[in-house]
Amino acid sequence: MEILEKIKQPATSESKNPSASIPTNSGEGREVSGSEAVLDACVQEGVYTIFGYPGGAIMPIYDALYDYKEKLQHILVRHEQGAIHAAQGFARASGKTGVVFATSGPGATNLVTGLADAMIDSTPLVCITGQVFAHLLGTDAFQETDVINITTPVTKWNYQVTDATEIPAVLAKAFYIAGSGRPGPVLIDITKNAQLQKFQYEGYKKCDHIRSYRPKPIVRKEYIEEAAKLINEAERPFVIFGQGVILGKAENEFKQFIEKGGLPAAWTIMGMSAIPTDHPLGVGMLGMHGNYGPNVLTNECDVLIAIGMRFDDRVTGRLDKYAKQAKIIHLDIDPAEIDKNVKATVGVWGDCKETLPLLTELLQQKVYPTWLQKFHDFMAKETEKCIQPELNPTGDTLTMGEVIKTLNELTNGDAIIVTDVGQHQMVACRYAKMNHSKSNITSGGLGTMGYALPAAIGAAYGDPSRTTVAIIGDGGFQMTLQELGTIMQFKPNVKILILNNQFLGMVRQWQQLFHEKRYSFVDITSPDFVAVAKGYYIDGQRVSERDKLKYALQTMLNHDGSYLLEVMVGKENNVFPMVPQGRGVAECVLSKEEI
Amino acid sequence: MNTLQFNHTAAQLSPSGGGGGGLNGRKEFTITVYTENQVGLLNRIAIIFSKRKINIDSLNTSPSEVDSVHRFTIVINETEEVVRKLCRQIEKQVEVLKAYYNTNDEIIWQEMAMYKVPTDVIAEHVKVERLLSQHGAKAVVIRKDYTVFEVAGQREETDNLIKVLEPYGLIEFVRSARIAIIKSSDGFHNKLKEFEYKEPGEVVIENEYLSENEKVFSM
Ligand SMILES: Cc1ncc(C[n+]2csc(CCOP(=O)(O)OP(=O)(O)O)c2C)c(N)n1
Ligand SMILES: [Mg+2]
Repeated sequence: MEILEKIKQPATSESKNPSASIPTNSGEGREVSGSEAVLDACVQEGVYTIFGYPGGAIMPIYDALYDYKEKLQHILVRHEQGAIHAAQGFARASGKTGVVFATSGPGATNLVTGLADAMIDSTPLVCITGQVFAHLLGTDAFQETDVINITTPVTKWNYQVTDATEIPAVLAKAFYIAGSGRPGPVLIDITKNAQLQKFQYEGYKKCDHIRSYRPKPIVRKEYIEEAAKLINEAERPFVIFGQGVILGKAENEFKQFIEKGGLPAAWTIMGMSAIPTDHPLGVGMLGMHGNYGPNVLTNECDVLIAIGMRFDDRVTGRLDKYAKQAKIIHLDIDPAEIDKNVKATVGVWGDCKETLPLLTELLQQKVYPTWLQKFHDFMAKETEKCIQPELNPTGDTLTMGEVIKTLNELTNGDAIIVTDVGQHQMVACRYAKMNHSKSNITSGGLGTMGYALPAAIGAAYGDPSRTTVAIIGDGGFQMTLQELGTIMQFKPNVKILILNNQFLGMVRQWQQLFHEKRYSFVDITSPDFVAVAKGYYIDGQRVSERDKLKYALQTMLNHDGSYLLEVMVGKENNVFPMVPQGRGVAECVLSKEEI
Repeated sequence: MNTLQFNHTAAQLSPSGGGGGGLNGRKEFTITVYTENQVGLLNRIAIIFSKRKINIDSLNTSPSEVDSVHRFTIVINETEEVVRKLCRQIEKQVEVLKAYYNTNDEIIWQEMAMYKVPTDVIAEHVKVERLLSQHGAKAVVIRKDYTVFEVAGQREETDNLIKVLEPYGLIEFVRSARIAIIKSSDGFHNKLKEFEYKEPGEVVIENEYLSENEKVFSM
């Protein structure tokens, strides 16, 4: 019988005895305020960039920040939603934990969308919110909001600090929880008295173990063996992978796995860029607007190997028509994902950085030319029906696809692509070329419009060595365009590419296809985006002609600093292929006539 | 035994497997959760149910035999498939140690009930005293004006006694949540003790300032 297994589990390499924690020598035995302890924790955790916005309840921390200007770079955003999306973009581009400061009440509630987004997309964040004095809790004090209870469903962990002495250990826990296991957002709410309170500081100890928390298990070899056996016996194996490969920093391990096994592999939108998009075994993107072959052939493979992905409904379509013929192997670090949506024949619970090499070792070196050819055949069909007309259109108006194609030619696939939500997102993810991991930053699980501009700001700080291009719709840009102010002030290098179809395009597409073209409140108007940018002292231009596109994109990329390029594209273009909602993946259609 | 297993059987988390009732039908399940003793954890667990619009029939939470570890007993009506997934979600919470689920035949369970009745009525009717002892009721408090009886039993039993006492002027009734012992719980107690001994739990830090609002300067 299985009992109290977190209890039974011997310490893993990541969960050592707490006494093994390394005390750091910062200010031991010194008297410090809670606020200083917060900032010292950030420094000790290797944080340099913080995104935030001050206010009454977090003023002591901002006061302490005044003396930390050398050690910490604070980016003053224009809205707390901007701060948290920026921290998300930072985390996704850097692989590190993003940090956010916000005040109580409205400052904290403005974080909720970003928390939900980070929760569903497993993005590591530590958010520090100020809170009213502890003695005022529950009195409906000025700017008091029950932040802990509001954020409980959208945080991996949250905690309210009312006494400064708690701060070092709580922040150490926060960073540990946010970044380990399946990452996620953590929120620490600190009452103002705790920020002000002085206490005897014993230095910061990083946390590497919490007795009730097991970020990952010891890998069980028997499941690896079972999985390897299924793969070795397969005739039509098919790998589908998600962000777990990137979060697990297992890109190389993954590549070796598919290359040894000769396994065709398709990515989810979140897994994109874990292998270069032109990898010979990479067969494209899964999902509602993914590629034709990977969707249809999901229902023809005999062994489906899911790695670090969670079978979202946008990937599976109708579950009762999903891969029913296949044996399913599911590798995931989160045991709650295994068997959640799709029952696994073999579930391999573990960190794919550890499980993949074990699995690769047991694989026979193989190739499946006929099976791989099937993917190519489907790609040929998709190319003829969807890709060719999108990338090389004959009409006068520009398509989103040709903008991305031209961008590929200029960036060579080396840029970080941050997308917002809608048609432009799907087109960008379908056609963007990516050579490096962490190139695709998008709101996958939550589909948060307004994500891209702030996330791109964060990405520019997260990996300043690369060009960051934010691809945004005319609708979504208007949701968080206030962050142009952040760009104006702090000058991160963000190339803003607005694909303006003068519609809330993705909703319009659905209204056209499924609501008899009853266009209900999707014809959104826009300001002169170039003039708006100019108002923020950001250069830009608008193009609508094909012969000016390449030069305009080149100008944007060459520009010294941020730049806004608005490209006018066809108003009523649709994204295809499409797995219409409620249908199986094999019912993926290539045109509206097939719906 | 060290790690969770993921075979097709849904019953892996249940100490002795499913047992009784069809997989597709909803039935009563008792979920037992061991957690850290922390402020806010009750909400974190409760929203796992409310998020899915599942009604909690009964919820008991109190310290286990180890002070820093709390034990929740949650009763819901659902299919085993749903309950299994709920337990995985519960167990995923940072401060949860373990979640089990069991059908009624895998547990010994009781609820405690108290009945307040006028003392003079009982004194007058010998029959009432007989009925009470038939139902295993024990007097907790006897005063001139009223007497409080307690009974521990399953829902039907405590319900029956309400019916019995109603004609005799039942004044007040209260029932506790279910508590349950898992029949196949070999070693739970020792494991808990050992766990706590190896690494003692953290003390709960509560708000020390609530009663000082007139002494503290704030702005
Ligand atoms: C915050 C938010 N509100 C509403 C939606 C629903 N939604 C999804 S796509 C979309 C249209 C987006 O329009 P636009 O930004 O112009 O991009 P396009 O689809 O035209 O490329 C809408 C309204 C959403 N995803 N997020
Ligand atoms: Mg649009």
